[in-house]
Amino acid sequence: MNAVVLDHITKTYEAGKVLAVDDVSLEVAAGELFGLIGPDGAGKTSIFRILTTLLLPDKGAASVNGRDCVKDYKAIRRSVGYMPGRFSLYQDLTVAENLHFFATLFGTTIEANYDLIRDIYEQIKPFSDRRAGKLSGGMKQKLALCCALVHKPEVLFLDEPTTGVDAVSRKEFWEMLRTLKQQGITIVVSTPYMDEAVLCERIALIQGGKIMSVDTPANVIATFPVKLYAVKAANIYRLLTSLREDTAIDSCYAFGEYVHVTFRDDAEPDLQQWQQKLTAQGHEQVEAKKISPSIEDSFIRLMNEKQNGQP
Amino acid sequence: MNDKVIVCEELTKQFGDFVAVNHISFDVRKGEIFGFLGANGAGKTTAMRILCGLSYPTSGKATVAGFDVYKQQESIKKNIGYMSQKFSLYENLTVVENIEFFGGVYGLSSAEIRRRSDRLVNKLGLAPEAKKLVGSLPLGWKQKLAFSVAIFHDPQIVFLDEPTGGVDPITRRQFWDMIYEAAAAGITVFVTTHYMDEAEYCNRITVMVDGKVEALDTPGNLKARFRAASMDEVFYQLARGAKRSAD
Repeated sequence: MNAVVLDHITKTYEAGKVLAVDDVSLEVAAGELFGLIGPDGAGKTSIFRILTTLLLPDKGAASVNGRDCVKDYKAIRRSVGYMPGRFSLYQDLTVAENLHFFATLFGTTIEANYDLIRDIYEQIKPFSDRRAGKLSGGMKQKLALCCALVHKPEVLFLDEPTTGVDAVSRKEFWEMLRTLKQQGITIVVSTPYMDEAVLCERIALIQGGKIMSVDTPANVIATFPVKLYAVKAANIYRLLTSLREDTAIDSCYAFGEYVHVTFRDDAEPDLQQWQQKLTAQGHEQVEAKKISPSIEDSFIRLMNEKQNGQP
Repeated sequence: MNDKVIVCEELTKQFGDFVAVNHISFDVRKGEIFGFLGANGAGKTTAMRILCGLSYPTSGKATVAGFDVYKQQESIKKNIGYMSQKFSLYENLTVVENIEFFGGVYGLSSAEIRRRSDRLVNKLGLAPEAKKLVGSLPLGWKQKLAFSVAIFHDPQIVFLDEPTGGVDPITRRQFWDMIYEAAAAGITVFVTTHYMDEAEYCNRITVMVDGKVEALDTPGNLKARFRAASMDEVFYQLARGAKRSAD
């Protein structure tokens, strides 16, 4: 059975003026680790709030474990865990008090499902008497995750849990999610960091309220329609400027230390000739190679296609 | 040396027993894009506040645009621009009102503001939106406008604190184009980011760990030294051992 179903969901704000979610349909299988990948304003939070019964859609239907998000809202609230993007615990309760509060609210105890949160909670246990408001960002994130898990939810919704968090803590957080997944919990997580997409089993790339693609990360990459090249030189900005003037090039954009390039009509350049040409234009330490795309390459391509009105 | 626009020597900031910034030393050259990286709680924000003339160090020396961080805070503020992800523009002022406001704060004449304002609005393609409230603009436009406003008064240095957080990948790159352009025009760019691919766009990078500068070099040299394929790996190797974590 599908754990989460969105069926042609549309949501607007300000009397229809702002279209936040535009006819979105998707399904998440039970036990899946599913990622909503997109920038701010893509509609991720609205989708989470509809699924957690905190917001009514304008159109369409949504369900969680077969329960309707409008009619069966009480049952859904009992059976899901939700970690909003903004820290939403009680700042003036201690770590232990917050956890106890959420356990009681859901009619359970910390002990009843301690197995589920043990690995995460042990890391913040030394600070159990500290007020939540006084915790560091990383510790707040761990406490919020414990509170969202304390009633052993069937589905866990995590809205941008790693935003603003440094690269090391982000890695640790994703390791925690993998452990939780092994315990059979369905996880729907959103992130603006494209590099995190590959850590999900399936992903939806979302932009401007529209889903651009739903698939496994490997398939999203495999269906990149053209050949992709990476080229670098000592002065990357000057290189970028030259490449933009080259009429044989379809797209070029900076990507880390390289510039990623696709050619018109998907032409295949002679790499050596191309390097020589760039060197002749005054670029130093030129290096060009064919590469396989990343999720971010796919995202950029899909965004451009959407803006240019192509399929 | 005149081409050094930021000079830090043994700069230190303590809050009680806590050493937030621990004897850091580095120079930033004119027109350089200088990446300032570190884990949460490493001391980046504290160091940046000192360099922006918003906080006094406990010990050590630093000059920004030639001005002393102890004695000439007001002169520093006039010669720098600042933009952060969290706050940069007034949402309930229009595009033009924001430009006028910040131009006025930095002491430009009305005629000068009008001249530059027209040019800026056209350059950003915001002419149709010039009289709209900033709050109604998409995030990507806000960020581009915020950056333009931060360099509106031609500062020597612009400080960018996570300028591209949450922005879509295309806008993020357009934003970096603006950074390159500013640097090419001689404005020094001091930037923090959590996107490690953006670290590659910087001329030089510092990585702060637990209040200290643990590494300072070009991205290429750092990768070679740590035998890492990407800046992401370099950062992970350096920051993994961090003991502190805070906002």
